[in-house]
Amino acid sequence: MHELEIAVAILVATLRAATPLVLAGFGELIAERSGVLNLGVEGMMLMGASVGFIGTVATGSPIIGLLLAMLAGAALAMVFGVLTLSLMANQVATGLALTIFGVGFSALVGVKWIGIPLEGIATDIWPSLSSSSPIVQQLMLLDPIVWLAVLVPFLIHRFIYRTRAGLVLRAVGESHDVAHALGYSVLKIRYLAVAFGGAMSGLAGAYLSLAYTPMWSENMVAGRGWIALALVVFSTWKPAWLALGSLLFGFVTIAQFQAEALGLALSPHLLAMLPYLATIVVLVLISRDATRLKLNAPAALGRPFHATA
Amino acid sequence: MLTTRRTLLQASLALPAAGLLPRVAAAADPFKVGFIYVAPIGDAGWTFQHDLGRKALEASLGAAVKTTFVENVPEEGADAERVIRKLATEGHSLIYTTSFGFMEPTLKVAAKFPKVKFAHCTGYKRAANVSTYSARFYEGRYLTGLIAGRMTKSNVIGYVAAFPIPEVVQGINAVLLAARTVNPNVTIKVVFVSSWFDPGKERAAADTLISQGADVIMHHTDSSAVVQGGEEKGVWSFGYDSDMLRYGPKTNLTSVTMHWDDYYIDQTKAAMAGSWKSDDTWGGLKTGMVKLGPLNAAVPESVRAEVTAATAKIEAGTLLPFAGPIKDQAGAVKVAAGKSLSDGEILGMNWFAEGVQGKLG
Repeated sequence: MHELEIAVAILVATLRAATPLVLAGFGELIAERSGVLNLGVEGMMLMGASVGFIGTVATGSPIIGLLLAMLAGAALAMVFGVLTLSLMANQVATGLALTIFGVGFSALVGVKWIGIPLEGIATDIWPSLSSSSPIVQQLMLLDPIVWLAVLVPFLIHRFIYRTRAGLVLRAVGESHDVAHALGYSVLKIRYLAVAFGGAMSGLAGAYLSLAYTPMWSENMVAGRGWIALALVVFSTWKPAWLALGSLLFGFVTIAQFQAEALGLALSPHLLAMLPYLATIVVLVLISRDATRLKLNAPAALGRPFHATA
Repeated sequence: MLTTRRTLLQASLALPAAGLLPRVAAAADPFKVGFIYVAPIGDAGWTFQHDLGRKALEASLGAAVKTTFVENVPEEGADAERVIRKLATEGHSLIYTTSFGFMEPTLKVAAKFPKVKFAHCTGYKRAANVSTYSARFYEGRYLTGLIAGRMTKSNVIGYVAAFPIPEVVQGINAVLLAARTVNPNVTIKVVFVSSWFDPGKERAAADTLISQGADVIMHHTDSSAVVQGGEEKGVWSFGYDSDMLRYGPKTNLTSVTMHWDDYYIDQTKAAMAGSWKSDDTWGGLKTGMVKLGPLNAAVPESVRAEVTAATAKIEAGTLLPFAGPIKDQAGAVKVAAGKSLSDGEILGMNWFAEGVQGKLG
């Protein structure tokens, strides 16, 4: 029974740790599948974290806070969109600038809101189940955003591979000239994809400041945006592998803590490396075929589009 | 007054132009004091306490001093050296660098600016114009250990730690030794999160420790996430650096707090008077550099009395937290009965006492 409880605790903690990576990663996946490389994920997540926190404290409603966080992320992504899509600035440089801007601006906006304790998002969404076994109760204590993050990979997989809009998105990311010739508005589709990526990053950030650790603190995203970005590349732009990579990263992080708390005689330095090591090894193994990697990468990724005809 | 790295950058771009302006030098120029912070000031934590010290310095010396701070300066890379040099060239006569990782950059800049005085927090390398200062955090930790030993029912204390370095190890051992004086069955589970500041990881580590039976949790990291986690799960917690009671009104028992006010005021006065000398300061409960925050109402009267008595003894020097007999994890005697660790041995502590569950290196 005790082992089972620890296993459930690991499962719950893994889902919580993977949620921000899944949300931000799948947002970025859509943007990259449309051919836009936005390195500003960390900055957009921080904006989402601060705006989501401020919105929730100011209005008392986490729903409004989450919506504002998504808007903030999308707004920042739109700045990126105008610069890179309409003005055709370099995507890598602009994305880096977006992250630096997001780090600073979120800190500036949030400075008055540091140190305000917040209740966090309610978890008792299934009150009727609260009388069941302790293990079910543990699972039911997961907040709604985690459940959303469980659904997101399935929804996006379906969107990319099973809908017409997903096909158009992929076409734009593979060859914007062909998509343009077929009559699709490349810029409009890319703007939508980038905005979606921003909104998802904003949501991921707000998850951190409203549910994971309900507080606002400068730089609290602590590099998760970069990990989400890396996961998108290592998963070779495949939804299933992206979901797997995020879960694996979350799991190894938690397993490391559990191993230490259990007293396994392993070096803390080695354990600290494990999440990165394990995720890279697994994702490199599943994508070790270089040609397949090239085939999977959206061919127009990072290339500006200028309608010539 | 508020200088961030960003405005510093702007200022350095504007420098050539500023050089052309006539310099308005006055005899009554205030004494300029600079502070380098490793993190944002925030609302609690290591840097917040240093900034309280800076504010106390301004309040105490008024217009005679002018302080400048640069927050969020990374320890890695060339940033620290550049920022310290910038403050030195801008006419700061005394510069406090408040994180361990600033040690080498501070010494490097100090060698080029022999007239500027530097004080580096938690380091061990000094020079003619570089002092070092730190606090005996472990004395405060010892007091929390006494409370933890009395309050735990499961006899398991969970400890969220940043890195396996002596400063952190001292705290863990001090808590264990104190707890065992009142409750010999206590053990400590340690989880290293490999970061000074990552609220998400700190919280996940706290949740893990609670799921493995810890009913008292404490941390040696910079955010209040662990205290918040304790409040949510109904588990006792201790804060660190700053008073964190507002994050856990029901469960936060107290916090070990740092106070740099007196040190900053005394050192700055000495530098202004010309009597400043390079030395090493290591304050504790006695000098008020380390204090225990207010105790939670949940701490029983008898335990409060124990804490008060132990505080008096540590201040008087009759209770030494690292007095023998102490065994290490392998059961070997590290400190014989009747002996106690020297300051040098405490500063280099790289072993866990018996009863700590965790591994170093």
